[in-house]
Amino acid sequence: MKICIPSRGPEIQDLVDERFGRAPYFIIHDTESKMTEAHVNSTAGAMGGVGPKAAQFLLNHGVDSLVTERVGGNALEALKAGGIRVLLYEEKGSTVADAITAFLKGNLKEQ
Amino acid sequence: MKITIASGKGGTGKSMVAANLAWALSQSDRVTLVDCDVEEPNLHLFFPPDDPESTDVQVSIPSFDNSRCTLCGDCARFCAFGALVVAKDRVLFFPEHCHACGGCALVCPAGAVTEIQRPIGTVTTRHLSAHLSLVTGTLNEGEVLGVKVIREAKRCAAKPGWLVCDASPGTSCPVVETLHGSDFCLLITESTPFGIHDLELAYSVTSCLGIPVGVVINRSDGKDEDVRKFCNERGIPVLATIPFDRWIASVQGSGDLISRVDPTWKERFIALGGACRSSVGGT
Repeated sequence: MKICIPSRGPEIQDLVDERFGRAPYFIIHDTESKMTEAHVNSTAGAMGGVGPKAAQFLLNHGVDSLVTERVGGNALEALKAGGIRVLLYEEKGSTVADAITAFLKGNLKEQ
Repeated sequence: MKITIASGKGGTGKSMVAANLAWALSQSDRVTLVDCDVEEPNLHLFFPPDDPESTDVQVSIPSFDNSRCTLCGDCARFCAFGALVVAKDRVLFFPEHCHACGGCALVCPAGAVTEIQRPIGTVTTRHLSAHLSLVTGTLNEGEVLGVKVIREAKRCAAKPGWLVCDASPGTSCPVVETLHGSDFCLLITESTPFGIHDLELAYSVTSCLGIPVGVVINRSDGKDEDVRKFCNERGIPVLATIPFDRWIASVQGSGDLISRVDPTWKERFIALGGACRSSVGGT
């Protein structure tokens, strides 16, 4: 299963970004292979429509779940239509590694 | 003769100058006044209530035929505004992000996109007198494509005689659209650091567009040296100065026009129109 965490930087020790569409990086972690890859969010600085664009990015990369602090209405609609689960992770100042651990424990609330 | 009334800063008196100029000129010539401040149009408040004609401004938005769509994703890749998401089984459309460019219909290889009309605002025409009409563009709440409403208002206003367009404050797309096609621009400013700062921004826009300008100093306390120096250095004529005056404020505050109340001001605004025409070499 592939999960995505919006991040401030490209490493799993970087902080989780509190935004989804405007996060500078998306970290995608495969829970079976334990592989992690970082992607620059190329539309983070666009004027508008960043939520749908980010959702499209996740759909194109076969992501199953998004672990995020918050998500906008349009992005949520697109993610749900694409069958991507949205799990809320609201621990301030956490790293991507913390978010992955929290996801694996399985007690994150679904949006 | 097409004149746009603009300013970088809000609250400098664009609408006041536009309404007075249009009313004064209409005493002898045909004038169409256009309210291009489509997010908050208010020029009609200077004139008696009437029963105007309104028409919708529509934009073309995509409609998707799911039986033809192959979910290839070309439309969403093309869309620069994030208005489309191609999910596993359908295309999602977010109309509030759509800029009605028509690109998705052009790039769709399956012919699955047709365009339908969606209203985003209105254009209202009021015939205020035999010589004066007011055309008002209004953008519906929550909509973003003000430029389309401005374009339609100007199209409806294209009549012989004077065209006086009142722009929104600022220097972005709605102001550029209002200025487009103008023979002359009156930049309204005030003698404050904020007024001069934003005058410089507005002047940079008119310079880019190659539209000649003149300045009106409003709410002048007589200490206009900095504005005049700015204008002198750039060869911009200062065509009128309106004093900071309790009587003017009270006329304006009651929704009246100083040119309608006082013949001296009527003559000054007629002279201002003449100065605009002379500046572009007209007679």
